[in-house]
Amino acid sequence: MEILIGYSNYAIALATMIGIYAIMALGLNIQWGLTGLFNLGIAGFFAVGAYASAILTTSDTTKHIGGFGLPVVLAWPLAMVAAAIIAWAVARICIRLRADYLAIATIGIGEILRLIFKNEQWATGGTRGISNISRPFEQLPGIWAPLAFLGLVLTLAMVAYWLAERGRTSPWGRVVQAIRDNEPAARAAGKNVETFRIQGFVIGSALMGLAGALTAHYFKFVGPEATDPLQITFLVWVMLIVGGNGSNRGAILGAAVIWTMWSASELVTSRLSGDWAHRAPFARLFLVGLILQIMLQHFPAGLMPPRRQVAAWRPRKPAAIVPQPPQVLPPF
Amino acid sequence: MDQILIFINAYLVPGIVSGSIYALGAIGLTLLFGVLRFTHFAHGDVMTAGAYFALTFVGLLGLHPVLALPIAMLCTSVLCLGINHFFYRPLMKRPSLVLTISSFGVALMIRASIQLLYGVESHYYVRGIQRSTEFFGTFRIVDRHIWIVCCAVVLMAALHLLLTYTRLGKAMRAVSDSPDLARLTGISTSAIVKATWVIGGSLAAVAGVFLGWDGFIQANMGWDLLLPMSAAAILGGLGRPYGAMVGGLVIALPKS
Repeated sequence: MEILIGYSNYAIALATMIGIYAIMALGLNIQWGLTGLFNLGIAGFFAVGAYASAILTTSDTTKHIGGFGLPVVLAWPLAMVAAAIIAWAVARICIRLRADYLAIATIGIGEILRLIFKNEQWATGGTRGISNISRPFEQLPGIWAPLAFLGLVLTLAMVAYWLAERGRTSPWGRVVQAIRDNEPAARAAGKNVETFRIQGFVIGSALMGLAGALTAHYFKFVGPEATDPLQITFLVWVMLIVGGNGSNRGAILGAAVIWTMWSASELVTSRLSGDWAHRAPFARLFLVGLILQIMLQHFPAGLMPPRRQVAAWRPRKPAAIVPQPPQVLPPF
Repeated sequence: MDQILIFINAYLVPGIVSGSIYALGAIGLTLLFGVLRFTHFAHGDVMTAGAYFALTFVGLLGLHPVLALPIAMLCTSVLCLGINHFFYRPLMKRPSLVLTISSFGVALMIRASIQLLYGVESHYYVRGIQRSTEFFGTFRIVDRHIWIVCCAVVLMAALHLLLTYTRLGKAMRAVSDSPDLARLTGISTSAIVKATWVIGGSLAAVAGVFLGWDGFIQANMGWDLLLPMSAAAILGGLGRPYGAMVGGLVIALPKS
């Protein structure tokens, strides 16, 4: 019986993290898959969301700014807004950059944000981070607490998926994909390229901020070194490439596949002893890198490539031509 | 007078030293961009790999870091050729951004291997206080700083001669200017690509060894330098090695 509880707890934890990463992968899909924006600062926006929600919900302490005590229902949207505002400010400056330059710029922004969170002790608790963050439903008995939180995460992930899919098939989605494929043509068609790219960047970053807020409440702690920032960015990228760039379902599938592998390999490495136990995690990172290379070389479209946009737009079968009665022109 | 001395000892000399390190890395970055048309995100980690190759030989044979340089350059060139063969060459026909993503993956793979083999703690080539030399009876420069700046100047001069006067250098510049025209005139692009990797990798190895010698050797040190190096390369104009040399100094001096 206890083994059973252990297994189900593991499955719940796994599914929760998959839901959180799926939201981030959807955000990256909007940025890179649809709009073609090379964002390597995912961890930065993730951290903005995490810290914003943590500061807004915790009670009054002397260790960091806080005492707002907002409920998560308000704090999570505000965390998204915070990430979106930062993303907007970044995008205003960087959005015209060519993709490689944008990647370098976003690495720099991720690094700046990490240093701010690490050093502004009055606001973020410095290296000690923020603890005692409340988790929704944690007062429920036994297994119901993580199960209810899992339900919440999966609901949010489904909502994100629905919105992303609606966005992809909407006129807005067609414009951003046109910009991705042929910017001069989109500009010639009278589209304001910068505005659409800023929108794509901001929406994707807001989803990353939401994922950060969810993670902060799930672990009940957030700190500058709690997770290796580059690892988050890298994992999300691999998830999107494995799942299928440009495909929302692929982003979710990629999150599920990669996080399951990542987590299952931890089960193996945690059994090692001594020095190897500290080093084995890096072997996992190496393996994920290798998966990325194999996918790029042999399955460039990913496991679940996007359905062709044209299919949604194929005109219906032309209606059978009904012979029209000859029209008699009125006499005047 | 004292203030000038402090300025020279504490700011100008370290600035020139880190400027030469940035420049050595940025030259590789910019050469690779010129010939392959993509930003090599793994360049910082190639530097780290060079530093660790040298560390292995310094540890095994008890060599002076400068003597370990040629071995580190050789090993890093082989590493770069291997990476190019297995990871970049199959993607050559695809959009250059795919190569950029791939190089991001390669960066983490190199770093993960280093952390796997050497652990995460910092290492040193030489322990203890370094000897320094007195100049004009007033200000002192640590010996390794003289070594670093001299080696960097020699290497950059050698690169200049190579690019200007040899067939290989002319071919590299031709490919960088116009790959199609270069191919039409009979230049073997794949040979040029390999030569670029050897040059870029060697210079990165030197930069990595110098960086480790000047401070400490750690698995993240190359990645942390990618940003200033890219800044130096972009400031000098991507694809222009001379710009990268100047860019390195321009970025490093205000920083120190």
